[in-house]
Amino acid sequence: MTGSQFGLFGQDPWWMVLLKAVAIFVMLVVLTLFTIWWERRVVSRMQNRIGPNRVGPAGLLQSLMDGIKLALKEEIIPKTAHLAVYWLAPVISATTAFMAFAVIPFGPTVSIFGVETPLQLTDFPVSVLYVLAIASIGIYGIVLAGWSSGSTYPLLGGLRSSAQMISYEIAMGLSFVAVFLYAGSMSTSEIVSAQQPIWFAVILLPSFMIYVTSMVGETNRAPFDLPEAEGELVGGFHTEYSSLKFALFFLAEYINMVTVSALATTLFLGGWLAPWPLSLWEGANQGWWPLLWWLVKVQIFVFGFIWLRGTLPRLRYDQFMKFGWKLLIPVSIGWIMIVAAARALRNDVAIGNREILAGGAVIIVLLLLATWLIQARQDRKAAAQEQVEAESAARPFDAASGGFPVPPLPGQEFTYTSRRSLAGATTIVQDASVEPAITAREGDHG
Amino acid sequence: MTDTVTDVNTGEAVVFWVCAILAVAGAAGMVLSRKAVHSALWIALTMINLAVLYVANSAPFLGMVQVIVYTGAVMMLFLFVLMIVGVDSSDSLIETIKGQRLAAILLVLGIGTMLVWGIGNALAETSDIGLEEANAAYGGNVQGIANLIFTKYLIAFEVTSALLITAAMGAMVLAHREHWSPPPSQRELSEQRFSGDGVKGNLPNPGVFARHNAVGTPALLPDGSTSEASIPEPLRARGDVPPIDHTDVDEVQQITEGRTE
Repeated sequence: MTGSQFGLFGQDPWWMVLLKAVAIFVMLVVLTLFTIWWERRVVSRMQNRIGPNRVGPAGLLQSLMDGIKLALKEEIIPKTAHLAVYWLAPVISATTAFMAFAVIPFGPTVSIFGVETPLQLTDFPVSVLYVLAIASIGIYGIVLAGWSSGSTYPLLGGLRSSAQMISYEIAMGLSFVAVFLYAGSMSTSEIVSAQQPIWFAVILLPSFMIYVTSMVGETNRAPFDLPEAEGELVGGFHTEYSSLKFALFFLAEYINMVTVSALATTLFLGGWLAPWPLSLWEGANQGWWPLLWWLVKVQIFVFGFIWLRGTLPRLRYDQFMKFGWKLLIPVSIGWIMIVAAARALRNDVAIGNREILAGGAVIIVLLLLATWLIQARQDRKAAAQEQVEAESAARPFDAASGGFPVPPLPGQEFTYTSRRSLAGATTIVQDASVEPAITAREGDHG
Repeated sequence: MTDTVTDVNTGEAVVFWVCAILAVAGAAGMVLSRKAVHSALWIALTMINLAVLYVANSAPFLGMVQVIVYTGAVMMLFLFVLMIVGVDSSDSLIETIKGQRLAAILLVLGIGTMLVWGIGNALAETSDIGLEEANAAYGGNVQGIANLIFTKYLIAFEVTSALLITAAMGAMVLAHREHWSPPPSQRELSEQRFSGDGVKGNLPNPGVFARHNAVGTPALLPDGSTSEASIPEPLRARGDVPPIDHTDVDEVQQITEGRTE
């Protein structure tokens, strides 16, 4: 790689590389501890509880204590586990989670112990692809955990997660394309500096929205946490894991959350660049200040994750897959087509702003026409539905509705009246002498 | 980087020896392991190490695409199929053709020697020239690849993608199942459940109100009789239902009567 293209990258002395690597490691572990505490506090507030507030100031040390407790717990390994792979899975999960952070830019060039160096471990022409590659290796951890546990629920969780993460990685990768087109590079530091006048989240809003959606799917967080849906899969892929190995999965999940947030910040929110009112101050983008802007932006995303978890119920698996494949990916491809066409027109054809505006106006008119047509169709459908409902309302009302939702008790019958006339009234029971339900149950089966 | 192959710096040499050994080990492990999933893991190791070697050889784009496409997508699909189809199937070690193993080993050694010796000899005196110029022509390695793919090799690129899409379409057509009627909605399923005979809600738990909590012990009803519905279907079919010890019931009855008096 040429030195000229990437300035100071690749020229750090060895101790600087080591220092940065250790600093990133420590930062990620501390951020994980903080994020767990923050998540518990915020979710508690959303649920009218207080949350952890005993260990340390405002309960800040709670997750540290939990981590120590987790590490000291007895480890239970199922007899049917495939030991080597069972051991390997959490290691893959945790290491890949840390590795992705190597190319995230935290700030501009600063001076550390007299050495001028960028606040980023390394960068190369395909850094964003590197993050995708690491993420795709990270999936192995989950899939192998599911397989090697030798148990049903983890296997199902592992299968689900592999299907889910591969699907959402496609949408995620497609959302990057428009950013690459605009930045003219796949290196993270260049993408950040390409957002100098305006963030990509503003000019590439659809890409940003697709990325933000798919990053939740990619990290297995609510409402897309189907691989570990406790209602149906116990704990998903990590059901059979305990003690330190479980702690590694836990760590990986939270680091991944920070990683995708950092990537979103880098690609769409201008990375470490100061937000608008602050950017008027000249010193805002120099020295160590950008680290603070970066951290605040990442924490906003993390808060979004927590907020989602506190508010939304989990999606059904088929709906979730349909959403990814039939909505996110086609919309993403369509949007890339539009962006690429606009870029090509700008570059190759001598086209002015007036033509672009005129073209935009035509497209908007067409879109309006399309929405109008779709609306008309929906109205027709709704009218048909209403007619069906009116007909069913006219039919005599069966309070038990063929046993739905509550079956009648033995000897219990309902008077049939129209639904309209019954609005607000309670069901009328004809025969009040109802036998005990238990005998009825026995009668059904005995 | 116009120096000859023999002239490499220490970092490059370390990367080469570590990754090359791991890649060969992965390949050997892939052939030698008996479990299909283990084979898949070994080959993933080989692919990742090859990717690192590509990056070390100034081909970063190729290296990343290798990991994303082959390790991340293709091998993952392999694993997916292996996990669904034969989770625990492992190969047998019985030779089906006599002397096959020995012949295979000899042939592999022969081909290996030939390749290493031949290619090694051919490349020993060559030097890599023109990399700098090729990269500089379009302002970088990635830009250079993009230019070639989207101009000179556009047809080949498009034909390859058409081939892949055809394969994907074929798989979808083969796996597609036509719905003759729309699938039942949640409400319809629920109504169906409640319209038939049988218990509408949860079945009674087994082992309740008895000395055992084994799944084969039926629940006792308040009148002391047992509830058939509380025993799982397969156990009932096999007749694996233990007789009920009524001392429990009597005991409990005595206690409750004592309380009420």
